[in-house]
Parts: sequence; structure tokens; C-alpha cells
Amino acid sequence: MASKKNEYKMLELQFKLAPVYFLAPALILFSIFVIWPIFQSIWISFHQWNGFGPMKWIGIKNYQTLLHDPRFFISIKNNFLWLTLMMLAPVFGLVLALFLNQQIKGMKIIKSFFFFPFVINLVVVGLVFSWFYNPDLGILASIFRLFGLKPIPILANENLATYGIIVAGLWPQTAYCMILYITGLTGVSTTIVEAGRIDGASGFQMLWHVILPQLRPATIIALTVTIIGALRSFDLIAIMTAGGPWGKSFVLAYQMYDEALFNFKMGYGASLAVVLFLTMIVFIYFFLKNIISTEK
Amino acid sequence: MFPTPIQRRSMPTRFMYRLGVILVLVLWLLPLLAVILTSIRPGSDISSGNYWGIPSRFALIENYSEVFNPARSPMLRYFINSTLITLPATAISLFISAMAGFALAIYKFKGRIFLYAVFIAGNFVPYQILMIPVRTMFVNLGLFDTILGLIVFHTAFQTGFATFFMRNFIVELPYSLIESARVEGATEVKIFFTIMIPLLRPALASLGVLLFTFIWNDFFWALTLVQSDAARPITFGLSALKGQWLISYNLISAGAVIAALPSVLVFFILQKQFIQGLSFGGVKE
Repeated sequence: MASKKNEYKMLELQFKLAPVYFLAPALILFSIFVIWPIFQSIWISFHQWNGFGPMKWIGIKNYQTLLHDPRFFISIKNNFLWLTLMMLAPVFGLVLALFLNQQIKGMKIIKSFFFFPFVINLVVVGLVFSWFYNPDLGILASIFRLFGLKPIPILANENLATYGIIVAGLWPQTAYCMILYITGLTGVSTTIVEAGRIDGASGFQMLWHVILPQLRPATIIALTVTIIGALRSFDLIAIMTAGGPWGKSFVLAYQMYDEALFNFKMGYGASLAVVLFLTMIVFIYFFLKNIISTEK
Repeated sequence: MFPTPIQRRSMPTRFMYRLGVILVLVLWLLPLLAVILTSIRPGSDISSGNYWGIPSRFALIENYSEVFNPARSPMLRYFINSTLITLPATAISLFISAMAGFALAIYKFKGRIFLYAVFIAGNFVPYQILMIPVRTMFVNLGLFDTILGLIVFHTAFQTGFATFFMRNFIVELPYSLIESARVEGATEVKIFFTIMIPLLRPALASLGVLLFTFIWNDFFWALTLVQSDAARPITFGLSALKGQWLISYNLISAGAVIAALPSVLVFFILQKQFIQGLSFGGVKE
């Protein structure tokens, strides 16, 4: 009898503790390597630190320095450019998805070819686009010469470098948004579309009043991932220009890396990371609110 | 269907549409076609200025074996490193996030929505806010510049997205299965392994493909947590070789094809799972 009671107690205990032991590995790893470092970075941003010696508390001085740093304003300006221009990705993605939303022979394989850029790593994308822009041997230069124009070294031009990198960034991002919209389109109700047709809606009218409202979930995801991706942009800049020419293609993410690992200004780098983090928190908050509200 | 199905249009329109699709596809993949073409071009073409035309000779084996020759380039090493990092990190992430997702979906404990939100939010933070502390921590723990270090970090970081994904999948599963197992006296661990895991197979496949691509394609953490060839993955390796090979574009291209191939292959083979996963989880870094 006693053993039966014990067994029951054990069963209850393992049930009560279940959330703890199932969550523990994920939560411990995530806390140590993702959550805790955020607070550490905020702490470091109030210090002067070269990465190995002792840290010196300097209060908000790093943040004051930011306001007088011309490179910081270039970064902000370029981050803004990225954010605005990358918004073309959902638009192009939708256009491509609509273009491919037909049932012809071989369409499945054609669609998967269109997805390719999304799967390929940005190092390769960056390399390829660098050659495209290369003023001596790039394909863009050949096109310029074809029209009798002198090729422009896009990535070495301080006014054009960022635009050149953003174009490269649009390629995989458009593919990504296209995937989201293609899946979204398969969920669009045929009856509503046909009803719309009978009512005489067509073309843009149909798209605007019938299709787009039904694609709302896809649009929300496409916008979120594009905004986050644009603010996170780093790989392409590192590969294509390394921030150059003269730091003119810096964004916050790249400037932070540069200050911390090349100028050994860990505190200052951390303050740049905090600025980027706070910017992104705004977007993360809206996205979370959207997800959590569907939970209740 | 929207737009109007092409079958309802006239014959010439249908023909034009097919032609248009092919044309757009070629333009769309032009950068890739250029890399593939360059990777089979002999080095002499590059020096004589034949960059974009038809290769004068088919040098596929020549270029690729040069790139993969350990005596001539560390590319093989990088490829093995990437594999050694990506596979364990993907597998461990899948396992611990399946457990965490299970806990968040099944047990109605206090603070579960908060934890769920923490996992999602953590997945979105900029890498730079983690960089200095993680790097310092890795140096202190002896994980800096090691393959193990990258496995640990990727596992930890991907757990955010993976838990979010798993939890949403498990929440949709029939709860009655679990309850009836409990009535029969099964422990929670047993329920997880014998009932949950088999049901999770499609989700594990979709998520596995996504995690594989994310981790394989990582560049930032390779750049900041590694400095020697011994632990360097292929993305970072390729960018380093760019400087070394200078204008041997045929070799860089061959390297680029090799670096891109695993994620492209995984995507192609498990395409259905990939797209399901993407539209289900809906969030990429």
C-alpha cells in the first residue's frame, strides 16, 4: 500500500516538475549566450574598455561622443536608406508571386529556381555582385561601354556604394518575400475571387480589394523579416566594401564591429550596439504584440 | 485563382507567358549562371579578358580539384569545419527546442507566455549586442577559435527560433492523446519520447532544413569567434580566399559554388518541408 502511495507521489512530482526539466536545457543555453550578454553589453556601454585591461566607468560619455561622431551619422543615414529601399522586396516579391501563380507544366520546378537566391549565403551573393559592379571586368561595365559610356566604379563611389550593396541585398530578400506570398496565394479563397469576377472586379481593383486583404498575414511576416533584415545588414557590407570608401557605406552594425575589433573601443562599440538594439526593440515589440494577441 | 488562369487566355498570350517566365528566370538567376560559368572557365580565359563569354575550354575538373586540393588551398578543411559545426548544432537545437516547445505548449504554468515571448524576441536581437560579451566569455572558457565554440553558440542562438516554431506546432496537436497516456500511468518523459517525437517528425524535418541553412550560411559569428583555419567555416574561408586568389576568378567561383551547394541541395531535396517550415515559422534572421 505504501509503495503504491509512493508511486503516486512520484508520478505527481514528475508531472509538476515537467515544465522545469523540459525547459531547462533550452532556457539555460539561451540565457547564458543570448539574454545575459544583452545586459552585459548595456553595462559595457557605460565604460571605457579596450577589451583586455580593466574597465573604467565613464557614465554616458560614449553616448555623448556618438552625437559628435560624423561616422555615426553616416551609419544612421545608411541604416535609414537600407530600411526604406529594402521595402521594395515585399513589393517585388508580390509582383513575382503573382506572375508565377499559374498552373503550367513545370511551374513547380521553375518556382524552386526562383527561390534559389534565398538559400545561398550572403558571402557568395556579395562576391557575385562585386564582380557585376567591377569597373574593369564587370557585366555592368560592359553594358555601359555598349552605350558608349564610361563605367562607374559603383562600390568605390562614396555616393553610390550603399545603393549598390542594397541592390545585392534586395535579390535574396525579394526571393524570400516571394516564397511567403506564393504560399499566401494558395490560401486565397477561390469562391471570393470568382464572386469578385462576377461583380466585374478585375486587375488592380481585384488585387487591392480582394487579394491583398487575404494576403495580410503574409504581408505582416514579409514586412517584419524585411525590416529586421535591413537593420541587421552586415554580411554584404563586410564582403563588398568593408564599410568603404572612407566609411561611407557604414551602418550601425558594421560600425560597431569596426570600432570594437579594429579600434579596440569596446565601450564605444557597445553603445552603438545599444542604439541599434533599441531601434530594433521598437519593431520587435510590435511583432510580439501581434503574435501574443493571437494567443489570448 | 488570381491572376486569371492563363488557360483561359488565347493561344498567343499563353505562348508569350511561357516565354516571359523563362526570360525572367534567366535574368533572375543571371548572377548564379555567371558564377557557375566562371567556375568551369580555364584561368587563361580570365587573363585574356574572356570574363562573360563562352569558356574556351571546359575546365571543371581542373578548377574544382585545384580548390579541393589540401596542398593548394584550405577549402576542403573549411568545408569539413562547416559540416562539423552545422550538423551537431542543428541536431542539438532540434532536440532541446522540441522539449522546450513541448513544455510551453502543453503545461499551463504561470509565465509561459512570457517565456515564449523571450524566445521570440531573443531571436530578433541584433548580433552586435551579443558580440563583445560572447567573445569575451568564449576567450575565458577556452571556446574562442574552436569548432565546439561555434556549435555551442549556434545551438544556443537558434534555440530561440526553434522553440517558437516547435511550440506553435505542438499547440495544434490533439491534447487527448497525451491525456489518455497519462491516465494509463505514463510519465511525462515517456509521453514526450513515445508519443510526441513521432508526431513531431514533419516539424522536425521542416525546422531541421531551416536551421541547417541558417547555420551553414552564418558569416558574422565565424568572423568574430574564429581566427584560425582549423576552425574556420566555409563562408569565412571563402571571403579570406578572395584576398589570396586575387583575380583567379575561376577558382573563387568554384569555391563559391562549393560553399553554396549544401544549402541549395538540402533545399532542393527537402523543398516541401522547407517551404512549409518557412510559411509556418515565418521568421528568418
